[in-house]
Amino acid sequence: MRIGSPKEVMPGEARVAMTPDSAIQLQKLGYECFIESGAGLEARFSDADYQAAGVTVVDSAEALFQSVDVIAKVRPPLEDEVSRLSKGQTLVGFFNPAGNETLLELAKSRQANVIAMEMVPRISRAQKMDALSSMANIAGYRAVIEAGNHFGRFFTGQVTAAGKVPPAKVLVIGAGVAGLAAIGTAQSLGAIVRAFDVRPEVAEQIESMGAEFLFLDFEDAQDGAATGGYAAPSSPEFREKQLALFLEQAPEIDIVITTALIPNREAPELWTQDMVEAMKPGSVIVDLAAEKGGNCKLTVADQKVVTDNGVTIIGYTDFPSRMAAQASTLYATNVRHMMTDLTPEKDGQLVHNMEDDVIRSSTVTFEGEITFPPPPLKVQAIASKATPKQPEKTPEEKAAEEAQAMAKAGRQQTQLLVIGAALMALIGLYAPTEFMQHFIVFVLAVFVGFQVIWGVAHSLHTPLMAITNAISGIIIVGAILQVDSSIPIVAILAGISVLIATINIVGGFMVTRRMLQMFKKS
Amino acid sequence: MTIGLQTAAYLSATVLFILALGGLSNQEKAKRAVWFGIIGMAIAVLATVAGSEVSMSSMLIGAIVIGAVIGAIVAMRVEMTGMPQLVAALHSFVGLAAVFIGINSDLSVHDFASEAARIIHEVEIFLGVFIGAVTFTGSIIAYGKLAGKIGGKALILPGRHLWNLVMVGGSLVLMLMYMNHAGSWTLYVMTLLALLLGAHLVMAIGGADMPVVVSMLNSYSGWAAAATGFLLGNDLLIVTGALVGSSGAILSYIMCKAMNRHFLSVILGGWGDATGPAMEIEGEQVAIDVDGVASALDDADSVIIVPGYGMAVAQAQQSVSELTRRLRAKGKEVRFAIHPVAGRLPGHMNVLLAEAKVPYDIVLEMDEINEDFASTDVVIIIGSNDIVNPAAQEDPNSPIAGMPVLEVWNAKQVIVSKRGQGTGYSGIENPLFYKDNTRMFYGDAKASLDQLLTQIS
Repeated sequence: MRIGSPKEVMPGEARVAMTPDSAIQLQKLGYECFIESGAGLEARFSDADYQAAGVTVVDSAEALFQSVDVIAKVRPPLEDEVSRLSKGQTLVGFFNPAGNETLLELAKSRQANVIAMEMVPRISRAQKMDALSSMANIAGYRAVIEAGNHFGRFFTGQVTAAGKVPPAKVLVIGAGVAGLAAIGTAQSLGAIVRAFDVRPEVAEQIESMGAEFLFLDFEDAQDGAATGGYAAPSSPEFREKQLALFLEQAPEIDIVITTALIPNREAPELWTQDMVEAMKPGSVIVDLAAEKGGNCKLTVADQKVVTDNGVTIIGYTDFPSRMAAQASTLYATNVRHMMTDLTPEKDGQLVHNMEDDVIRSSTVTFEGEITFPPPPLKVQAIASKATPKQPEKTPEEKAAEEAQAMAKAGRQQTQLLVIGAALMALIGLYAPTEFMQHFIVFVLAVFVGFQVIWGVAHSLHTPLMAITNAISGIIIVGAILQVDSSIPIVAILAGISVLIATINIVGGFMVTRRMLQMFKKS
Repeated sequence: MTIGLQTAAYLSATVLFILALGGLSNQEKAKRAVWFGIIGMAIAVLATVAGSEVSMSSMLIGAIVIGAVIGAIVAMRVEMTGMPQLVAALHSFVGLAAVFIGINSDLSVHDFASEAARIIHEVEIFLGVFIGAVTFTGSIIAYGKLAGKIGGKALILPGRHLWNLVMVGGSLVLMLMYMNHAGSWTLYVMTLLALLLGAHLVMAIGGADMPVVVSMLNSYSGWAAAATGFLLGNDLLIVTGALVGSSGAILSYIMCKAMNRHFLSVILGGWGDATGPAMEIEGEQVAIDVDGVASALDDADSVIIVPGYGMAVAQAQQSVSELTRRLRAKGKEVRFAIHPVAGRLPGHMNVLLAEAKVPYDIVLEMDEINEDFASTDVVIIIGSNDIVNPAAQEDPNSPIAGMPVLEVWNAKQVIVSKRGQGTGYSGIENPLFYKDNTRMFYGDAKASLDQLLTQIS
């Protein structure tokens, strides 16, 4: 079958859904690849690059739509793009099915199959095609870079001959993929990073990126895993506490990056006007939720505004497109993985398997039917629900437990000693003196053995085994004592014993030496 | 040679043996320690031969010379990966010698000062032969399993605990009969029973528990020597046997602790009973190719390699060493994490890595390195499975629940080199392979690594 990507028609969109690299992989799946001339130009992929990768360059979008079976796009299609779709054709790309009913109807009437990349479920198996995550990752990175562009100071603190520079303080609100990427970027630029999220279980992820988690002490903490990794709307009491926390932070913070989005709703207002007013002049706010109205109400989508007190608010919505080459590479890989799942036989034949959870969820129109919204997943798991935590033990309880364990061990030892002593006494009562003398030697040797072996290094356990094996060949002494016996069978058995014990001794020691000689220090 | 002089010689041999074992506390001292052992053994044998009871016969000298030649040849020829088998095979010799010496003692005529002395002597014969026989067949079966000549799976007969009890009980009854002058046949029947018992015990133990079995047999061979010492009234044998016996026992204990298993449940075979169904595993195993591994390693600053039995099977230690050398030359931090029960012998991995000239100071044990996984970029797992299984911590119903494991999944990326998708030696499903940060590098460990080496210069 044939797959192709047109040039994105949305003004300012620089990404492309197919790169020369992804085309090579698609060809391995058995597809013929097509691209509209100039589609990759803004992402720094020239037509010649595509041709070198075996892609056929087509002059116009119309020609492309006519010549291919699968169309890979980035942005949701415009009306005239959808009306170009023909029966049985498959469109892969962002589609925004929840807010785009007319297009959905149109696609249905064209009898085209549409796979919406944003509908890929967030389960581990589908991560490789999760374009939202890969775009969010870029947005998070770019948000920091954009902030740095408008921020008049260093990120990292420095002490120079020309004076001391304090480090920038960055606050990231919402620790999803974009938030974590922003934390990582700001952190590696040297800033002091703090982060907040309503889901307490992400504290660990935040701290793993090196940021400080702003902890909000609140009883009714929610579990984000139940809502597909997004935070659910929070209660008014919680919100109040949260805003108080932010207001307290506002005067110190130099850069705020907000990434809080709730699926299919307007973005929650988290950074209020009084917080903006409390910030120092020169501070920067990057609002990654600008497309959905913004986490800060002063944000203007697609624009940069400066408030009266000198705070810059960045509301761009095209962060991934601003890094078109990178974004295209990642997006094209996501699309390619989607195609891999759609081509189980790797023979270039697309199999639209509606039994497959991932494919079912992301398909929004199929064979003249609207299949959105998808049914719930059969496998419901992003992160398995955290097991209820054991209540922390207080130090007193711990101490009491330790004392108990000590006492128990002590009692056991006493019991063992008493039993041992009784046994000794019993043996001593009946056994002849000669035996008792041997017995003393035996018991002492056992103790010496115990003490000595504890000190042996772990790594030398195999040599230890080999050397104790060699030493246990001491049994040869017993055999030697019997070799002179006048009874022939005794002499023969003793002779055999001497022979095999010698094998043991010589073999054991030589092997030990061989092993130990290999241990070398670097 | 007088008795006094002989005793002095034995004493010095004993001291040398203790020093030999104690000297293994670090690699540098260990090389000297072996010489202590060798000299001790030489003194002991010479003092015995020179003693008044023994005359130099051609048979004695012949047996020693032939034994020494065979031992030397075996020791020189053995591959380091074959070490577990060799150690098991050598244990069987000690067991067999103990059996012979015990039977010889029964055949020889003795005078006893008292009735008690006779009974003790007879108990000693029985004990020596019993332990020796169990060690002998047990070691042979262990050898067979380790060398792959017998299937590694545990052979579980119905009512196996009962069988064991019957055999031990039967041996006890035979001993009582023997003490009551029933004749030598009781000793021979008991020997047969003990031989059976040894084979049965080890047959019932699965391949993954072999490190414990080998060290346990090591311990038995020591006790057999000690029992022989009592029999012959020889303090040197008693002391040395006790040293070996207790050292083997401690090693077994350390192994069991590392697997969070009860000693008895290992010895009697089979995993502990799980209390419910194992946790469902979701997700899929994601494969990675050579280029992917190479670029992951290229980007990494810190790498930890976790070798397991699979590395030994594939003889991949040289390739691992070469990989280590090249990565270190690029300024990356490379370390090894060794689980106490990795491989089929305690310390097996250390020996293999040492053979391949991996410096021992970058080879760390579990407790030293477990904390560091979180700050590690790439973990490469070569042929190990249960020792990196997160189910031990996450799934209370897992057969290995509670066993301390290497927490590799905390690293940024985990690459698992594995032959195929199957479960490991113990047949337990490993959720690690399904984690998001895990990539499966399928193929024979050596072939995969050699391919990888072509990508990393």
